[in-house]
Amino acid sequence: MANHSSGKKGKGSSVHARRAVAYIVLILISFLCLFWFYVLFINASRSNSELGRGFTVLPGKYLGKNFYNLFHSSLPVVRGMVNSLIVAALSALLSTYFSTMTAYAIHAYRFAGRKAIFTFILGIMMIPTQVTALGFVKLVQSMKLEDNFIPLVIPTIAAPMTFFYLKQYMDSNLPGELLEAARIDGAGELRIFNTVALPLMKPAIAVQAIFAFVTSWNNYFTPSLILHKDKVKTLPILIAQLRAADWLKFDMGQVYAMIAFSIFPVIIVYLILSKNIVGGLAAGAVKG
Amino acid sequence: MKKKKSVVTRYNRWGYIFLIPFAVVFVTFQLIPLCTTIYNSFFENYMSGLRKVGPNFIGLKNYAKLLTEGDLGKYFCNTMIMWILGFVPQIILSLLLSAWFTNPQLRLKGQRFFKTVIYLPNLIMAAAFSMLFFTLFSKGGPVNSILVAVGVFKEPYDFMAHIGSVRGLVGFMNCLMWFGNTTILLMAGMMGIPDSLYEAAEVDGATPGQIFWKVTMPLLKPIFVYVLVTSLIGGLQMFDVPQILTNGSGDPMRTSMTLIMYLNKHLFSKNFGMAGALSVLLLILTGFLSAIVFQVTAKDEVQ
Amino acid sequence: MKKRMMALVSMALAGAMILPMAAMAGETEAAAAAADEGKVLNIEVWNEEFKSRITDHYPGYEKTDDTHGKIGDVTVNWIITPNDDNAYQNNLDTVLPGNADASADDKVDMFLIEADYAKKYIDADANVAMPLKDLGITSDDLSKQYKYTQDVVTDANGDLRGTSWQACSAGLIYNRAAAKEVLGTDDPAEVQKAVADWDTYNETAKKMADAGYLMQSTVNDTYRVYSNNVSGPWVQDGKVVIDDNIKKWVDDSKAQVDAKETTTAELWSDDWSKGFYPEGKVFCYFGPAWLINFSMKADDEKSIAAQGGWGLVNGPQGFFWGGTWICAAQGTDNPSLVKDIMLKMTTDDDIMKEIAQKDSDCVNNKEVLKALASDDSGSNKVLGGQNPYQMLADGAEKVDMSNISIYDQGCNEEFQKAMKNYFDGNASYDDALAQFKSAIVEKYPELTTD
Repeated sequence: MANHSSGKKGKGSSVHARRAVAYIVLILISFLCLFWFYVLFINASRSNSELGRGFTVLPGKYLGKNFYNLFHSSLPVVRGMVNSLIVAALSALLSTYFSTMTAYAIHAYRFAGRKAIFTFILGIMMIPTQVTALGFVKLVQSMKLEDNFIPLVIPTIAAPMTFFYLKQYMDSNLPGELLEAARIDGAGELRIFNTVALPLMKPAIAVQAIFAFVTSWNNYFTPSLILHKDKVKTLPILIAQLRAADWLKFDMGQVYAMIAFSIFPVIIVYLILSKNIVGGLAAGAVKG
Repeated sequence: MKKKKSVVTRYNRWGYIFLIPFAVVFVTFQLIPLCTTIYNSFFENYMSGLRKVGPNFIGLKNYAKLLTEGDLGKYFCNTMIMWILGFVPQIILSLLLSAWFTNPQLRLKGQRFFKTVIYLPNLIMAAAFSMLFFTLFSKGGPVNSILVAVGVFKEPYDFMAHIGSVRGLVGFMNCLMWFGNTTILLMAGMMGIPDSLYEAAEVDGATPGQIFWKVTMPLLKPIFVYVLVTSLIGGLQMFDVPQILTNGSGDPMRTSMTLIMYLNKHLFSKNFGMAGALSVLLLILTGFLSAIVFQVTAKDEVQ
Repeated sequence: MKKRMMALVSMALAGAMILPMAAMAGETEAAAAAADEGKVLNIEVWNEEFKSRITDHYPGYEKTDDTHGKIGDVTVNWIITPNDDNAYQNNLDTVLPGNADASADDKVDMFLIEADYAKKYIDADANVAMPLKDLGITSDDLSKQYKYTQDVVTDANGDLRGTSWQACSAGLIYNRAAAKEVLGTDDPAEVQKAVADWDTYNETAKKMADAGYLMQSTVNDTYRVYSNNVSGPWVQDGKVVIDDNIKKWVDDSKAQVDAKETTTAELWSDDWSKGFYPEGKVFCYFGPAWLINFSMKADDEKSIAAQGGWGLVNGPQGFFWGGTWICAAQGTDNPSLVKDIMLKMTTDDDIMKEIAQKDSDCVNNKEVLKALASDDSGSNKVLGGQNPYQMLADGAEKVDMSNISIYDQGCNEEFQKAMKNYFDGNASYDDALAQFKSAIVEKYPELTTD
């Protein structure tokens, strides 16, 4: 690549100009993205009264106190974190593994009704969650699965959006020849899927795992309909509970501390998984 | 193609086996509730306080009521306007960023940092995000103080009381929350494009613009269609951002009320009948719009 | 079969589900029956207020952990569901109707409600809250309570189905500095003259605006005062009716907003609370004791409250704001314990005095308030040493809640939301009213609006 740029000196200046523009835009965008975390941090460091007086640029002195209050309140914050982690991790795992499997079924095999099933799954994608919410809750109640993680985790196995993305990705990144080669080596179908197809899909799976994790982590709507006992509550429910606190205990500083606290683990998970994406990008470059 | 097919044929029953988990979960957790929803749409069935009214079979009356009395058209337009306000800048930004990130010529430094940062807004809960916006853009909030100080406004501007600013803020928030997500998808799609193609195009003297439109875009099409369709579906389901920003009212005068916010109004009274009918209409609408998108952009994809 | 079920249920109402013998023996046997009662007391709440009152004041309550406690050998289980998205009521709607059939340890024994939606749960037909007389609580037991607190939880047959330890009568809280500057005095008696009725109130608003003050922070501050003084319920014969006093709120508010004497900010928003500080320049707020004591940022030295810069007067009309009512869930297996908690927490003079002193609740007990009114311990720092109790006690006598209906919460919320469009100049009154009406039909499909 180095000789490309040296070979085309005439273009050098325009590359420089474009690079400069790119940097400026990227820095502006980064500011826009990070600004909210700064505001959250500032707000988490101020007392309820200070927050009422409007926004300030400098942090307050209440960061420690807000967190102290949070952990010494009657909210099961740590338990909530563990619950959220369990639900989100299982959701990410199940939705990506089984969606890859579903996509693989459509991609790698030619069977009767294949196209119809593909179109059908795309159709399912269009059902808004809220549309079936009432029926879903009734179903969960009749199955006696309230206050249980099953109705939050198991349904992610059928994730049409994830399926669709992985299917699209397979079209350009999973050649049938590779699978046939494995068959000739005598590998079973499940084994081929687990040892040949899955590793090749790693970047796409990482992307969807992040999405699934974050979606589940931040989900308030469904859990609030299903989880009522303190033992099983996830973080978004606890945040809602904190915001609904009575006037005596109402403390916006604590609410912001709680939000900051609940964002922290997602950032870590994101940073871990995003390595995969960037790594995948590098692999793509090597491939060329 | 033909030859490959014949070789694979005997393994094909595995296609069905691999579909089992999806099918079982789908039937249990989505199809059954969906059927309940459709079934309910033909009944009068709601709660008045703690008293249950119905279910009484009333045929298509719920549908007739929605189509004649409700402002369904208005809410559909609101939803689409706010989606477009967010999606257009979002897709432009995402294409630009992913093109920059994957362009070997530019060799941007700190890519790792930028790639990581752009997705971060999505990690904040929509509810928390709307809360922050509400505070920042309130009449006595910092945005107003700055705008008044630099002389843009003479007196604080009530962002929440004007149609344009509310819709604009919703669009802006959606853009900010989702452009990182879109960029990652597009970048992952661009990974599949071999560098040799870019290099060949460069050797042929193609401008960056030409490379983008003639090399990148066609190869990106499957992912691009995915982004477009999922974003459209996500847009039609837009709910929490305008809901929390406007405190559920969709004001001014319901000009920022989306279809799902309207659906949510019926959920309050546990109106299974009206909510069911509205859901079915939504389903038809989404299917119709998505079909158009597929037809226009990717005839070959569905096949 | 069905008949037998009904007979069983009515026996449960008599307060002795397990032993029909005890029912025949009469209520005096309550203590003996307690031994046969459930071992778990489930209490549905949306926040921690009542839990902390019980922990601090109910004799014999032992806290085991944050959401559990013990009274004797009965385990107390606090089930907290936040109010957001109507989740608390949705939860009650699910568990209460089938409560009698739930297994012993899952039965809800008590639940808490607020005035805005109280009628929904104390409805005689719905029958999810036990009439107090079925628990053996008599009107003599409740004689020191204010009438309005009982109106809120009285069903169509005149039966009480709940009780409260709070009387949240409220008044007009004024900024003393502003009063001195504009009215020339901060003496409550004189200030009251300037806000004695809505016409003089509006006159004063003009003077305040000329001096650079908002009369009140937002139109939503006064809404509660107007809506507490209506001549009829929101819904009459299945039809939504806009009361004259509500219409007056619309007209007065529109004039005030147009003259920039107030704003349309939401309650609890930063724009609303800016007047808690001198530079916010707001003349008055409307609120009860808890607003004065806990919400006006008295802990922040820069606030007016910290400097004792507020005063309290009755204002143009009497009203109340807030309060929590305790109900016994139909089907409870701990009726005698529930009865005892209700009596101790909402009628016992000593406990209520303790609550007033420790938690600054304005308690629902005429005797205790009277004592506090004549006692120096009743003087309030936020109010610059003024003793508010006489005024609050008088106010509580005047509040009339006989026009409350199950539709109040929805109607009040939607009406304020819809009218904001009119005040902000985004709609005519008729258009805003039309939007209110469609919102009401969405919430309550059984109502008509024309």
